[in-house]
Amino acid sequence: MISSLSAPGPQQPVIDVHGLAKHYRVADKREGISGSIRGLFHRSSRTVEALRGVSLSVDPGEFVAILGPNGAGKTTFLKLLSGIITPTTGTAEVLGHVPWQRHDDFRRRFALVMGQKNQLWWDLPAAESFRLHQVIYRLDRERFERTRDELVDLLDVGRLIHQPVRELSLGERMKLELIAALLHEPEVLLLDEPTIGLDVVAQHSIHAFLRKVQTERGTTVLLTTHYMKDVAALCRRVVVITHGRILYDGTLAEIVDRFTTHKIVTLDFEQPPSEATVASWGYPVERDGPQVRLRIDRERIAETLPKVLAGHSVLDVTVEDVPLEDVIADLFRAGRDSNDAETAAHEARS
Amino acid sequence: MSGAGSYTRHQLFPSWHGWTTMLSISVADRLAHRGDFFVGTLFRFLPIVTQIFLWTAVFSAAGTGTIAGYSRNDFVAYYLLTMMARSFSSMPGLAGGIARSVRDGSVKKYLVQPVDYVGFLMAARVAHKLVYFAIAATPFGLMFFLCRSFFPPMPEIPVIVAFLATLVMSFLLGFFLEATLGMLGFWVLEVSSLIFVYMLAQYLLSGHMFPLDMLDSISLAGSAYTLGDLVQLLPFQYTAYFPCAVWLGKIQGAELAYGLIIEAVWVVVAAVACRIAFLRGTRRYSAYGG
Repeated sequence: MISSLSAPGPQQPVIDVHGLAKHYRVADKREGISGSIRGLFHRSSRTVEALRGVSLSVDPGEFVAILGPNGAGKTTFLKLLSGIITPTTGTAEVLGHVPWQRHDDFRRRFALVMGQKNQLWWDLPAAESFRLHQVIYRLDRERFERTRDELVDLLDVGRLIHQPVRELSLGERMKLELIAALLHEPEVLLLDEPTIGLDVVAQHSIHAFLRKVQTERGTTVLLTTHYMKDVAALCRRVVVITHGRILYDGTLAEIVDRFTTHKIVTLDFEQPPSEATVASWGYPVERDGPQVRLRIDRERIAETLPKVLAGHSVLDVTVEDVPLEDVIADLFRAGRDSNDAETAAHEARS
Repeated sequence: MSGAGSYTRHQLFPSWHGWTTMLSISVADRLAHRGDFFVGTLFRFLPIVTQIFLWTAVFSAAGTGTIAGYSRNDFVAYYLLTMMARSFSSMPGLAGGIARSVRDGSVKKYLVQPVDYVGFLMAARVAHKLVYFAIAATPFGLMFFLCRSFFPPMPEIPVIVAFLATLVMSFLLGFFLEATLGMLGFWVLEVSSLIFVYMLAQYLLSGHMFPLDMLDSISLAGSAYTLGDLVQLLPFQYTAYFPCAVWLGKIQGAELAYGLIIEAVWVVVAAVACRIAFLRGTRRYSAYGG
């Protein structure tokens, strides 16, 4: 293992994780009064395997999306990388440091933004919290002011930083949270669902902001999200975690290519064909008067479309990829099924 | 695997600039709810008025000049000084606030940022006290002026210095004791009943309720020791009784020096306990959940 004091060289990964596992004991409490009374005398608990041997390497300047269903272990993974929790087994190095040793020289070089858990003081204007960050991260005044003004301009929140944080909307607060996290120009930025609950305009402005900051500073960013728009807008690399394991690690384009077997075809007919005819082309998804949407196997598109166009008068035709959300949902389901099968096999063996 | 559960390595105390910034931000935070703050500060003086009436009634009913060596004037002076000492040593919301930050997860930010949580809490508390004294100085001064006839003559300069030292140490002792209590939130989710027990012990054993030397005449069953001896073994007296007794001249000379040393030892013990509780607590937090 590399010494925690050595800084990574230019070719070394910024994040290097091997066999990282985290098991929690959680209380198992029966519902109702009898359950509560029983709980006074006997507490039962069970072990939850939040992460089960994750290995991952991230190079400087990468923008990686961590996807997975709720409870997959995404947040646990970010907590391990930021040193909030210690693993049950496995090793991790971030910027050459073991995160859970929480050295100050490590903590000055990364930032974590966890959803709505704020770093900002609720009753004070964000400008005061920024000033505190200047002290905590020991930024000289000139550098601090330059970075702050630049970030404030980018997100166009100049008028908000002198207003008590409690009076701001969720989207405004998240923008200021991001600024607070970036004031010390971290080399690694860990974002846990930064756009959760935000409207489309706020999401767009945060996308543009993150893209610009990441490109200009070369920051390495790991982002967990449930919004495919975040992924499509920002990340080339996608890591899918289900049930504490990495199910997929590659580019977004590869996911679509590897996990979609069909395309969505929308046809606008002059005279709508019979249902039996439509069913012979593919699987009908939606029918609205003369408009028909259907799923067709990718290999059959080339042979099916000429047949349709030759036999019917078609006013318009659109061929689309399956929405990313659906692809990811299929992937999550596949992960769940394989986990269920593994659990069943394990139980049968024991 | 390396380092699971290893200690946080960082500087314990912020720079001077760090302190002043934390202070000014904590002051701003403290003043964010002005109404609550002013009412809370000013109405804390009401109990002393009731104490004056209470002890006047007790003495007139008892028909004696002194009770346990204290005259009516002594009692009033004692309670005024207790109020002063408590304004240094009491830490409203500290233990509960720490436990809440563990429960709601906001303590995480202190694990992620290069800052010492205990040092940060200390700076916030100093700010809290500074704001309090800035506002309370006038009513405090007025109260002491109006009640000046209850007090014995002004003590010598060395006694005043010792008194101020006890006040500073009572602040530190109160802070570390309550912060340690709050750190128990890393082990148990709800610390409010523990805080209640602590407050009760504090109220009875610190001299907040009555002068502790009144307990010297109560012997413990079957032993040569008194209840006063037992209370001497605990740190609570340094948060109220001891500073008052110093000002009133009840503790002098070698006994005063000895008392100051023991108080300093208690401050160190409480500070170490607080640090250990924080380190072990964060280690447990990191291992079990976060």
